Amino acid sequence: MNATSMTVAGARLEWNPPDRGRVAMLSLIAAEAAIFTIFVVAYLFYVGKSLTGPTPKDVLSVPVLYTICLLSSSLTIHLAATSLRRGSILSFGLLWVATITLGAAFLYGTAIEWYRLIYNEGFTISTNLFGTTYYSLVGLHGFHVVVGLLSLSTVMVFTLLGSVRSEHAERIDVLSLYWHFVDVVWIVVFTVVYLIGR
Amino acid sequence: MSTDAIALPGTELASQPFVARLHDWVTTVDHKRLGILYITFSLLFLLIAGVEAMLIRIQLIRPHNDFVSPQVFNRLFTMHGTTMIFFVIMPVMFGFANYLIPLMIGARDMAFPRLNAFSFWMTAFGGLLLYFSLAGANGLYGAGNAPDVGWFAYAPLTSQTFSIGHSTDFWILALLVSGFGSIGTAVNIIATVLCMRCPGMTLAKMPLFAWLNLVMAGLVILAVSPLTAAQIMLLVDRYLGGHFFDTQAGGSAVIWMHFFWVFGHPEVYVLVIPAFAFASEIIPVFSRKPIFGYSVMVAATIAIGFISMSVWAHHMFTVGMSSAANNFFVISTMAIAVPTGIKIFNWLATMWGGKIEFKTPMLFCIAFLFQFLIAGLTGIMQGAAPFDWHLGNSYFVVAHFHYVIVGGILFTLFGAFYYWFPKMSGKMCSETLGKLHFWLFIIGFHLTFDFMHIPGLLGMPRRIYTYEPGRGWDTWNFIVTIGVFFQAAGILVFLGNLIWSYFRGEAAGSDPWDAWTLEWSTNSPPPAYNFASRPVVKSRRPLWDFKHPADPDWNYE
Amino acid sequence: MCFGGAALAFADPTQPSSPTNIFAPASTPAKSIFGLSLFVLAVTGAIFLVVFALLLYSIVRFRKKRNDDGREPPQVYGSNQVEMAWTIIPILIVVALFMATARVIALVQNTSPPGNAIAVTAIGHQFWWEYRYPQLGVVTANELHLPVSDPVHPTPTFITLLSADTDHSFWVPRLGGKTDLIPNHPNSMWIDPQETGVYLGQCAQYCGTQHAKMLLRVYVQSKHDFDLWLRQQRQHASVNDAVTQGQRIFETTACINCHTVSGTVANGRFGPDLTHLMSRDTIAAGAAPNTPENLRLWIRNPNTIKPGSLMPAMELDEQELDALTAYLETLR
Repeated sequence: MNATSMTVAGARLEWNPPDRGRVAMLSLIAAEAAIFTIFVVAYLFYVGKSLTGPTPKDVLSVPVLYTICLLSSSLTIHLAATSLRRGSILSFGLLWVATITLGAAFLYGTAIEWYRLIYNEGFTISTNLFGTTYYSLVGLHGFHVVVGLLSLSTVMVFTLLGSVRSEHAERIDVLSLYWHFVDVVWIVVFTVVYLIGR
Repeated sequence: MSTDAIALPGTELASQPFVARLHDWVTTVDHKRLGILYITFSLLFLLIAGVEAMLIRIQLIRPHNDFVSPQVFNRLFTMHGTTMIFFVIMPVMFGFANYLIPLMIGARDMAFPRLNAFSFWMTAFGGLLLYFSLAGANGLYGAGNAPDVGWFAYAPLTSQTFSIGHSTDFWILALLVSGFGSIGTAVNIIATVLCMRCPGMTLAKMPLFAWLNLVMAGLVILAVSPLTAAQIMLLVDRYLGGHFFDTQAGGSAVIWMHFFWVFGHPEVYVLVIPAFAFASEIIPVFSRKPIFGYSVMVAATIAIGFISMSVWAHHMFTVGMSSAANNFFVISTMAIAVPTGIKIFNWLATMWGGKIEFKTPMLFCIAFLFQFLIAGLTGIMQGAAPFDWHLGNSYFVVAHFHYVIVGGILFTLFGAFYYWFPKMSGKMCSETLGKLHFWLFIIGFHLTFDFMHIPGLLGMPRRIYTYEPGRGWDTWNFIVTIGVFFQAAGILVFLGNLIWSYFRGEAAGSDPWDAWTLEWSTNSPPPAYNFASRPVVKSRRPLWDFKHPADPDWNYE
Repeated sequence: MCFGGAALAFADPTQPSSPTNIFAPASTPAKSIFGLSLFVLAVTGAIFLVVFALLLYSIVRFRKKRNDDGREPPQVYGSNQVEMAWTIIPILIVVALFMATARVIALVQNTSPPGNAIAVTAIGHQFWWEYRYPQLGVVTANELHLPVSDPVHPTPTFITLLSADTDHSFWVPRLGGKTDLIPNHPNSMWIDPQETGVYLGQCAQYCGTQHAKMLLRVYVQSKHDFDLWLRQQRQHASVNDAVTQGQRIFETTACINCHTVSGTVANGRFGPDLTHLMSRDTIAAGAAPNTPENLRLWIRNPNTIKPGSLMPAMELDEQELDALTAYLETLR
């Protein structure tokens, strides 16, 4: 944070530029949002255009439980961040573990869903246009969940080592922006794939 | 402004062994050194891509020439375009932005120095990867080495069916890697400009250079990402059996075009807005007046940024879109001419009533005004879609965009080199060599790119390794090729000037041009910490206030 | 502007020194675009002259004089009225340009084929053009024949544009603007050439190694000559006993996998239809004149004429080449 008061020719100057971590994370999120937008556009463009093969109705089942897991993890990470700001490292730690667990549960759900699609339905990325766009979009999102979980786990390690204190609340806030973004993307992907596209 | 923002006298480092100095440079996170690394890297690739251009033009000097085979020619134009855009212009602009923004806003470094280094090395690695294709891409049946699909790599030419081997993969990967570097730099620029300004420097008091690079960074964030997405899709098609652009499976070749140009058009504004930034700093100083209409310049640039995201399909007028779609892109393309024209008028108004000094940086910027005007007008011609049904994909387009990139961007870039070289090195460039460079280059530029419009108007398409005699193209192609040698001579004089001046140039002092922004308040070259104490500013031209205490800018702004 | 002027200088339609000059239109779409281009050139030319004059004036009038007193000139920061003026005027110019443009877009794109229109399907290939006249029962390659259109009673040709492989673009400047041929994306264009003659062009979308030699030749003929041509093209291949050896080589080598000679077993569609090969002036999509020497050279090794062409060298010996060429020479 760069809040400074300086004296200039007798006047008092309040100087509070925004926090650079937050600005950087928001810029990164904008870039990622642009990438996801292109994949969503491709998905929507190709709805109904596959020449062969299964349609979404034929093979997709709506992942309600795992969606609830992922979206709840936004709540737990938010509570974790406020806990840390208050100084209660223990509840921060517990809520952080909960976030990671819920995120991992989501990934597990995606994994078993894909296992079923590939091995039971024979539906892969090369099956048809739907397959290509579905696996790419959901896969890109899943990749971002993985990256998020790796970052969260790194923080977990530091917490267990006792290095995380309430003065790091700002950094945790910035990281949770990324996690919230991943959740918002899932809301969009879920709507496009399981609601609109089916 | 505080007077002790001027740096403490520098202490000379004891001369270190070569390996230690090399190690310093390779591991640096100092924005000034990274800026110089970016600039040096881009000069190297400028030479390589320039040689590629010379080979192309020698092949086209007469019809049915056999200087190079069609396969080599197709690789040459692909590599020339890809190199110039991604490994010359973008890095050099990032380099100047990195070097100058912290100095201009009174900061010690960029917001994220390590991210800065990471981004540079990603870009460098991308460049190496692209050229590694020459050695590494033999693929199936030795099916070629360097990519030959054109810099916009239309589908389905890039599918495994039509691009066997790995040359296209090197194109994809090189750009993916350097794309991450670009996004990293853009994030860094945004965070630096928004968060690291010295006290008193509100956004309304920031140099236009910082504003314009902020807009450029925003465009990189929004534009490079679609390219990244499209390239991931292309990799999925090529290696995972995907069908994004597989027309046999119902996929669309046109959607690649949309995705590419959603990147490609804002990309050209990413290239040109920093050029506008150079002009906006240089023209006022050599006219001895402040920039005319600062707020309008900011607003116009932001408008250009927004509108540039809505014009992309003017590259696709011949693709068979509906008349409604064509009309939309005609309107948006012509609309962007309005804020662009406003900027030209504002630069003119800055010179009007001033006392113009024709030093080398100003010569290049005046030529920029003349040439960018023409380039903008030929752009409007192509914005009239039916006219573009002729002009598109012809040499008229090639002439137009080189007019912008060489006549506009490269000229201001040369101006920027001559203007800030003294700050970066502590030495003045030779004015004589500078003027020689200018005249050689401008003659060559006009010989090549003025006359290049004509074959386009006479029906010559682009990307052809040879052409038929009897179509009226021969003389013009000959003249176009001759101009290339003048430009090459100009570039050699330029490089010679940089090298000679570095060793033998006159000492520059901190403010050789009697300029007004913060970078001129510190030593040349600046010390590692930039400013001995944090500057505090009250107006857009802190050094004007310092030099004219009876009549400071903040009475008028 | 200068470039326009130079090109216009070539635009004498009776003696065009460039047969592909966009400023020598011979068909309604091309003429309509020509009219628009003159308007656009006039407007941009005027803008150029005004701004250039201001630039020239300012660098002469406001240069630093030798006897300068060293004082800074008046520091002017801006002017809202001036900014307003040079915002509003360009907006008005843009509106005018847009309206002129929209009119031509509507005329060219939203015209439907009248009853007497000729329908042609053009299919782009690497690196040649296939032409099919579905209602007239004709299939040919590389040289497009059309009837001339009387401006009073027009007989336009409507061309459906398809592609068998990558993207191509059909550009014959004197007849119309270019339109792309994109796989899985049919396009449509129309022309009504108003003077007989041969119109030249070439592929205008980079499509691979031999993009440069995918030339276009459009033969606009009188109704009578066009009908003659049609009748000839509809016939099966002529049979000639003198060339049975050549015909046997053709039919037993891989030729028939790619080429069609109607009335024989050859019905491949990967390469051009050869039924009336000798009715064409050029071979290899305009890459070489259609002479026996060139034909022989081509069959022996296409890479000598068009390196990167997709037709393989068939490894025939000299005697087989002679016989085969003699056979092809009978396909009138």
